[in-house]
Amino acid sequence: MNLEASTQQLSYIANQASDARVNIELETEGMTLNLGPQHPATHGTLRIIVRLDGEQVVSADPVMGYMHRGYEKLTEVRTYPQVTTLVNRIDWLGSFANEVPFILAAERLMEVEAPPRAQWIRTALFELSRIANVVLFLGDMAVQLGATTPVFYAFRDREFVLNQIESVTGGRFHPNFDRIGGIKDDLPKGWIQETKDVLVRIRSFCDEMQDLVVGNEIFQTRTRGIGIIPADIGLSYGLSGANIRSSGVDWDLRRDGGVGLIHDQLDWKVWTHPDGDSFARYWVRLQEVRESCKMVDQILDGIPSGPIMAKVPRIIKVPPGEAYVETENPLGIMGYYIVSKGDLVPYRVKIRSASFNNVSITPWVLKGVYVPDVISILASLYFILGDIDR
Amino acid sequence: MSSPDTTEEEVVEESIEPQEDLIIDEERDAFVESIQKDLGSDLIGSHVVPQIDVWIRVTQKAWLETARVLFEKYEMSFFNFLSAIDWKPSPFGREMDAAIDNTDDNEMGIESEMEWGVTGGETRFQLLARVHNPVTNIGINVKADLESEFPEVDTWIPVYPGANWHEREVMEMFGISFTNHPNMVNLYLPTEFEGHPLRKDFPLLSRRAKPWPGIVDVELMPGEDDDETEESGEET
Repeated sequence: MNLEASTQQLSYIANQASDARVNIELETEGMTLNLGPQHPATHGTLRIIVRLDGEQVVSADPVMGYMHRGYEKLTEVRTYPQVTTLVNRIDWLGSFANEVPFILAAERLMEVEAPPRAQWIRTALFELSRIANVVLFLGDMAVQLGATTPVFYAFRDREFVLNQIESVTGGRFHPNFDRIGGIKDDLPKGWIQETKDVLVRIRSFCDEMQDLVVGNEIFQTRTRGIGIIPADIGLSYGLSGANIRSSGVDWDLRRDGGVGLIHDQLDWKVWTHPDGDSFARYWVRLQEVRESCKMVDQILDGIPSGPIMAKVPRIIKVPPGEAYVETENPLGIMGYYIVSKGDLVPYRVKIRSASFNNVSITPWVLKGVYVPDVISILASLYFILGDIDR
Repeated sequence: MSSPDTTEEEVVEESIEPQEDLIIDEERDAFVESIQKDLGSDLIGSHVVPQIDVWIRVTQKAWLETARVLFEKYEMSFFNFLSAIDWKPSPFGREMDAAIDNTDDNEMGIESEMEWGVTGGETRFQLLARVHNPVTNIGINVKADLESEFPEVDTWIPVYPGANWHEREVMEMFGISFTNHPNMVNLYLPTEFEGHPLRKDFPLLSRRAKPWPGIVDVELMPGEDDDETEESGEET
């Protein structure tokens, strides 16, 4: 009797336990975690609603629009020279690069070409703004993973680049320097030598990051194999820039696109990485800063003399037509689709910003990752909220 | 033909023709011809700017099919952007010399005023998308005419998943909805927002409150009566 009762009891307990285990596996309560709107990983105000199952992300849903400024509507009531002031604010870490594709698109419609000296100086500033932008990423990515030192080095050395941009353009963050048909001013005296000194600093910064971050075992375990984006998925989401090159796609508009910059006259290399993980995205960007230093160095040695402005009318009316020009900006491909009706103002401007497409992959790439990796993946995708919300 | 005058003209023509040959873009022309075969009558118009860009215009019902053809046959694997254009001119005057913005009662004739850009058009709204082949480095702009004031069109998500957010943006900004889209809600704007801001008839309220800055530019500075005194001021 006793024995029978105890076996019954045991089987009952076993059944209950297995039921409980099934329940644990099937009916765990999900949790919704709200990341943001303000989080250090987001460079602005991005909010991500993450649904969690334990430590794993079931779905991630970014919520944007906290910074939407309606630039596409505002460009319709601004004259062409006024638009550069607006688009400066899209990617505020590499402002000058935002102006370039817009000006090139307007120049294509007007059939104007900037004189060689203007093109060289344009390219130099374009690459300097890339350095200023990506250097901050190199430090910032480390601070997302808990290493505080690199970000201070990044801010320290970026300041020298900003000084150089400021001494040419007058603006640290918003140069507003590019003009249809050329650039606003010539280079100040002594700028070339000063910039060369700054490039030496940036190179040693890159070496520091190589030792401090890339060579760090903790950094490698936190980023290697995390957030892998295959090339075909990345392309179908429109990923561009270093994000797609770190998935092994050898495509750089500076080399492949025929826009009015002079990258094709310089000796440099497009870096790719086959892995497509967070580590690859960091590594590719580190190499790109080095390549940019190389490019600026060559530009400083080879700037031709001559005028800096082509002949353009004082009041700029762009002939009717449509043009799309894209360039390889610090964050990825940025393009402007301009529809002109021959007025002083554009009829419609579609701004194709890099971060918008880069971030649109987050619901796909965050599915199934662990909570701490969410931060490292977001940081490695490297977006700027002004560039998403426009 | 035998007279000396015509032979001179022929010589001139011959010297021009090779230059024209230089800017003819065989790759893009062949590409458009090939697409013409694939899409048949669904391809309405095309436009090639040699060495620079290609535009095609397709019918509304062939919108998704076009994406499939471009993706599968032409390996346009890179999704660049998707947007729309409102071709109905804004009822609000925005000329530099206009003293005030025009108001609603001053609306222009709508149908006759519409002018389309490259590849032409027939309707108020046109979809505009761009895809790119990263290997051959050829991009293509695809346009489609959309009928009615609140058009509906197939989503591109089955082919290009990246179209998801772009279509949500077009939906809220232009009022164009996409069938079979999994999550057709506002992307930027609050849910309760009324109107579609990028439509040309959506007023820019800051322009209502304050005149368009073009007018401010010609506003006289204090102490200046007209242009003549300004010039004399510069001379002294």
